Amino acid sequence: MRLAEHAYRTISAVRGPLLFLEGVLEARMGEMVSIRFPDGSRREGEVLRLEEQTVLIQVFGESRGLGLVDTEVVFTDTVKQAPLTLELLGRVFDGSFRPLDGLTAPIPERWQGVSGAPINPAARARPEEFIETGFSSIDGLNTLVKGQKLPIFSSAGLPSREMVAAILRNARMGEHSPESAGGFVVVFVALGLTHHEYSFYMETLEQVRTPSVAFINLASDPVLERLLAPRFGLTVAEYLAFEQGRDVLVVATDMTNYCDALREVSTAREELPGRRGYPGYMYSDLASLYERAGRLKGRPGSVTLLPVVTMPEEDITHPIPDLTGYITEGQLVLSRDLHQREIFPPVDILPSLSRLMQRGIGEGRTVSDHREVANGLYRHYARGRDLRSLEAIVGREGMVAQDQRMLDFASAFEEQFVHQGEERRSIAETLDRGRRLIQTLEGEKT
Amino acid sequence: MKGKVIGISGPTVTVDLRGLKLYDRVAIGEGGLLGEVVRLERERTLVQVYEDTRGLALGESVSSLGKPLALRLGPGLLGTIFDGLQRPLEGLREAQGPFLLSGSGKAPPLSLESCAFTPLKKPGEEVMAGEAVGWVQEGPFRHFILAPVAGTIERIADGECSPEAPVAHLTDGSVVELYQEWPVREPRPFRRKLAPREPLITGQRCIDFLFPLARGGTSIFPGGFGTGKTILEQSIAKFAAADIVIYVGCGERGNEMAEMLEEFASLKDPWTDEPLMARTVTVANTSNMPVAAREASIYTAVTMGEYFRDMGYHVLLLADSLSRWAEALREISSSLEEMPGEEGYPTYLASRLAAFMARSGTVETLGGATGSLTMILSVSPPGGDFTEPVTQACLRTTGSFLMLDTALAHRRHFPAIHWFQSFSLYQDVVHRFEEEVSSEWAALRRECRDILKREEELREVAEIVGLSGMQDEDRLAMTVAERIRLDFLCQNAYTEDAFSPPEETLARIGEILAFYRKTLERLGSGEILDDILGG
Repeated sequence: MRLAEHAYRTISAVRGPLLFLEGVLEARMGEMVSIRFPDGSRREGEVLRLEEQTVLIQVFGESRGLGLVDTEVVFTDTVKQAPLTLELLGRVFDGSFRPLDGLTAPIPERWQGVSGAPINPAARARPEEFIETGFSSIDGLNTLVKGQKLPIFSSAGLPSREMVAAILRNARMGEHSPESAGGFVVVFVALGLTHHEYSFYMETLEQVRTPSVAFINLASDPVLERLLAPRFGLTVAEYLAFEQGRDVLVVATDMTNYCDALREVSTAREELPGRRGYPGYMYSDLASLYERAGRLKGRPGSVTLLPVVTMPEEDITHPIPDLTGYITEGQLVLSRDLHQREIFPPVDILPSLSRLMQRGIGEGRTVSDHREVANGLYRHYARGRDLRSLEAIVGREGMVAQDQRMLDFASAFEEQFVHQGEERRSIAETLDRGRRLIQTLEGEKT
Repeated sequence: MKGKVIGISGPTVTVDLRGLKLYDRVAIGEGGLLGEVVRLERERTLVQVYEDTRGLALGESVSSLGKPLALRLGPGLLGTIFDGLQRPLEGLREAQGPFLLSGSGKAPPLSLESCAFTPLKKPGEEVMAGEAVGWVQEGPFRHFILAPVAGTIERIADGECSPEAPVAHLTDGSVVELYQEWPVREPRPFRRKLAPREPLITGQRCIDFLFPLARGGTSIFPGGFGTGKTILEQSIAKFAAADIVIYVGCGERGNEMAEMLEEFASLKDPWTDEPLMARTVTVANTSNMPVAAREASIYTAVTMGEYFRDMGYHVLLLADSLSRWAEALREISSSLEEMPGEEGYPTYLASRLAAFMARSGTVETLGGATGSLTMILSVSPPGGDFTEPVTQACLRTTGSFLMLDTALAHRRHFPAIHWFQSFSLYQDVVHRFEEEVSSEWAALRRECRDILKREEELREVAEIVGLSGMQDEDRLAMTVAERIRLDFLCQNAYTEDAFSPPEETLARIGEILAFYRKTLERLGSGEILDDILGG
């Protein structure tokens, strides 16, 4: 701890959101600084790199108006921290943790660094308790479990927003999943929202009955806050989960905006660009967020992560969805074709996957025949989809009766199982539908 | 030697300490963060720090620990979970709770308890360097204690012995300890390398039958996400016929690590019926743990592997995934401001990879025993594109290449090994299967491949005219190929079927091919396929 506050006016360069300070005697990596602009306003900043007496500082917030002279940088001797208290529930903040709901800032119980420490792999408990999202395509075939990270891969123009809203409204613990004493809560992190999206989500949050905390960063807000908001969200989530024993579902949209912000800052730092200009450490950076999901042995509470990623050019091999897929435990892929046929949610079952599903379903978790129903639906639907390409060549009439039935099954599956509009389905209803579809198909066979 | 921090950039710290040697270990700051010297200049030294540098300040003290990153090798390794720097994760959990904090390098890697030592040598006997002087029982294993130098035994322990005291004294005054230290980046010596000829049975039909592995060989399997790399690695770790398994989770998911640890604790080794954990050492450096330690983790694992190999054991090293190691290398290289090569990877990527893979092999140990170290490494090519530098660098050195195919994975064909694109250079092994399992092995293998090839040729025709429009012989080939794919090549990792010993593998394919030959005969004698299949 340094006793005297020390301030400098020795800025040698300003580059985008970065500033270089000379002659600094004492500074820490990640230390927060307070920057006083020539017009008297203040911004926060963080130490990024130290080189002899030159310090590189990243400015949070708008850097317009920054000057080489008349700007003062004060070192605070602390790292970026989030205020933690149960009072956060029900509140809405911006990317710098300022209240957006017109109320005063809550009084923190304590402060916690936002970058988080990695969970010891030996301390992790295996995720296996079912979370019911209310969507058949997720609950039935790509089941989400407590402690999992399962992203939605969307594309421009697809209704990921409506899907997120429905999940925020409908998600709850599975009937058989032992609910942690603290109950179920939602942390919502929105990054780079347009005003239109902002008003949509604000309305949604009003309808959400699950206790929630929201961090909203607008498209017009500073880029660096986009990097900060998910860290605030996850720090709060960890506090609620592992200290207060809540089951926390973190919904983050849209992580593509996060990655673009990361690229922007990396470029300003003159780092070596990797694929498509994204920094080489993007995998590690995303992992430092996503890996904060999990459960701990011998403690109640859990952090489950449901990020939304918009695939640029609908390309699943683009670095953002690609690296995300390598970190997360599965993915839910939205399809334009289904959306055009007005199927909601337009989840394409074939490329979608939940890696942790096997342990989260069946007797005592969901329903005893869940696995058989899911496998049956998947197998028949995959066959039906294969046959569609054949249908395109030879036409329906040229196909044998059995193949025609498979085609019908694929359509029925999309229209009756995947499609559900506004309705919320329990896992029992979902599996009933699934069983009926399979029975219809197999009944026709005999 | 003391000095101070004069610069910090990500995991790279500049210090003003002089007189250090390359790869010496350094303790940094009040937290005692561990680092390794990576570049020396006249006025300053660059240190790569294994832990998060957040909170580190200019001017904090730095001291040299004198020697390069080394492991403590000895009884207690088996069944333990370490991080990339050989810190025991269970020990850390007990000491500091569920989160890993920076500057926590003080936990001893192996818990030091007294153990029962059984001598193999008597006083007055000669011992060679690398020869066993005795052993300690560790679970089902004899953990041999190897002499570091040659000499004549003066005194040797027998029975209960303290971990700190030497187990043997030599006449020239040198001692044999229960534990030894070995620098991770230095391959352990051996007498000579032998050609990999013996099969390594994995229990995976597709691998054992079509693309067999050899003890002492290397295998890579690249695949995009969702192609089942981790599941395949873990299945092999469970069922492979190896004495010791070293599993490195290098930059991968924490939940999968937890899942594996839990499963391994409850499963048994199918070859010995002992608990699986008793033959396994786990090195876990998940994607959110510091990158510099991730870079070191595969060396930590291979050094442990060589240590057990030197006792005359057959060791299997599984790493998931090598791409994450390469990325750590790239991250460190870029923080050192080195000139980048292809896709930002340092130009020494290929040579480092080759040097790492060269540490595999079947060897005659210094003590005269035969041991082997086999490597099975997964690769995660970005976008599933196999032309990327890591896959290409691996392809130059690997003996077996198992390509995991996204299209197969989408059809839920697991393991998603592509039967045309993959290869194995260990053809000698096929002869060993012929000698040991069945003389038909090689012939059936050829027949199986021919049918799969025939299917590929016929597929386009079938898509246009439909199966019904094809000749009976071709339809038969298609039907049988489908059976080979679904009933033979596919293997469900979640059921009993997850492990298939060679006899069972042979029986299964033998039955399918016998059906093929018999039906072909009946077609030849004028019968119609629909009748045969229908009846």
